[in-house]
Amino acid sequence: MSAFQLPLASFGGAIEFIFTPQSSNVTGGEKVGGFDQVVELTLKQLEVTLLALALALVVALPLGLYLGHKGKGELLLVGLANAGRAIPELALIALVAAVIGVGLLNLTPALAVLGIPPILTNAFVGVRQVDQATIDAARGMGMSELEIIRKVELPLALPTLMGGVRLAMIAIVATATIAPLAGVESLGDFILNESVYGSDGVLAGAILIALLALALEGALALLQRRLTSDGLKLKTS
Amino acid sequence: MGDVALLAAAGEVGGDFFKERDSDSLPCQAQPDHLFCFDWAQENIDRYGTPTLQHFEIVALSLLFGFAVAFALALLAHRNRWLRPPLLAGTGVLYTIPSVAFFFLLLPITGRGRDTAIIVLAAYTLQIIYRNTMVGLANVPDAAKTAARGMGMSERQVLWRIELPLAVPEIVAGLRIASLSTMAIATFAVFIAREGLGTQIYGQGNLTFPTSIIIAAAIVIAMALAIDAILLSVQRLLTPWRRARPA
Repeated sequence: MSAFQLPLASFGGAIEFIFTPQSSNVTGGEKVGGFDQVVELTLKQLEVTLLALALALVVALPLGLYLGHKGKGELLLVGLANAGRAIPELALIALVAAVIGVGLLNLTPALAVLGIPPILTNAFVGVRQVDQATIDAARGMGMSELEIIRKVELPLALPTLMGGVRLAMIAIVATATIAPLAGVESLGDFILNESVYGSDGVLAGAILIALLALALEGALALLQRRLTSDGLKLKTS
Repeated sequence: MGDVALLAAAGEVGGDFFKERDSDSLPCQAQPDHLFCFDWAQENIDRYGTPTLQHFEIVALSLLFGFAVAFALALLAHRNRWLRPPLLAGTGVLYTIPSVAFFFLLLPITGRGRDTAIIVLAAYTLQIIYRNTMVGLANVPDAAKTAARGMGMSERQVLWRIELPLAVPEIVAGLRIASLSTMAIATFAVFIAREGLGTQIYGQGNLTFPTSIIIAAAIVIAMALAIDAILLSVQRLLTPWRRARPA
């Protein structure tokens, strides 16, 4: 019985930490945690995540669509995807902080690096999967190459592409947890500073980060449904 | 004075180094904006042995458990169609939870240490391996299965002799993706277990010492690529028919 009581008590303390400020051993009487600080840090982690995701999209989406349209660079992309997966996130953030510098301006590109490979490869694969006959038909109707990419290949590649965006988001939001190592506040503060926030704060941080990641994933799944053309939904379901 | 000889001598005693104020004669690691100190790396490379071994063990065990569970789930879902949506969603949730958060969610239950790290990393591999195994099984041509049944094979024989061997490329592809990312994510294990190559990145002043971060990252990437190459050879060995008929 006590084996179950202990975890339950820990989770209870964490929930309390999320909603009401708690006293801390090291802040000299100043309270830590509570709903206001939770909202503030959640928004900060959301901000750096979305900034990095946007930057990754700006870099990877046009390049992926272009390479997919031309059918070039497959080997390069496979290599890049593998290399991207093997990058140790902790080392990347620590190295950027130690060598280039700290702050949002330095952290955002570092996080974007993690999101570029999945978006790039999925955009490429999505475009390559489009039936050649469809593209020929579009060309026969007099569409320019740019129109073919925008009006035919992009909509048809969208489900695959969004899969890549979701992978990118998962990698970025997970690594934004250690943003405090690069001088940017995030919910990771609760986890990395146990001396300030206590074990309740650490667990609260873990719960909040997990919820944030799941909420973002849910939001992107909804967005994917909204963006996917109705014709494609009929085919897949 | 012979500066070179002095530096070499100071290297032996370590701490005395930092009393030297003249920045030209400071050793590399005491200079404010150094990137990589080859001399330090050469002298201290042994300290990476134990963390490398720990890192490898954590990753290998995680992959082993992850594969065992994901493979079993895939076989169950292969027989029972209704299990597919909940298993896909369930493994998806596990994949979405950031590993650092996952470590500390388990902390009240499994405590600090290697076990917690392995549970989280194994959970993280489930979706990739499960999904690839399902894709591999779905890609097996119906004609092959029909022919096998026509030869009098039972359903169990069809699964183990026809479907699974033909699904090997996808299954190994899943394992390769899982091993690459697990190798990288295992650096986070330092937060919960104080083990692995993450210890050489985070903690003991390493965060401000790029040389150590670079060495640790290089070992992680090298191990990831080595395991990837091994898995690729395993796939080649398991699918001899693919070599006979180039795709």
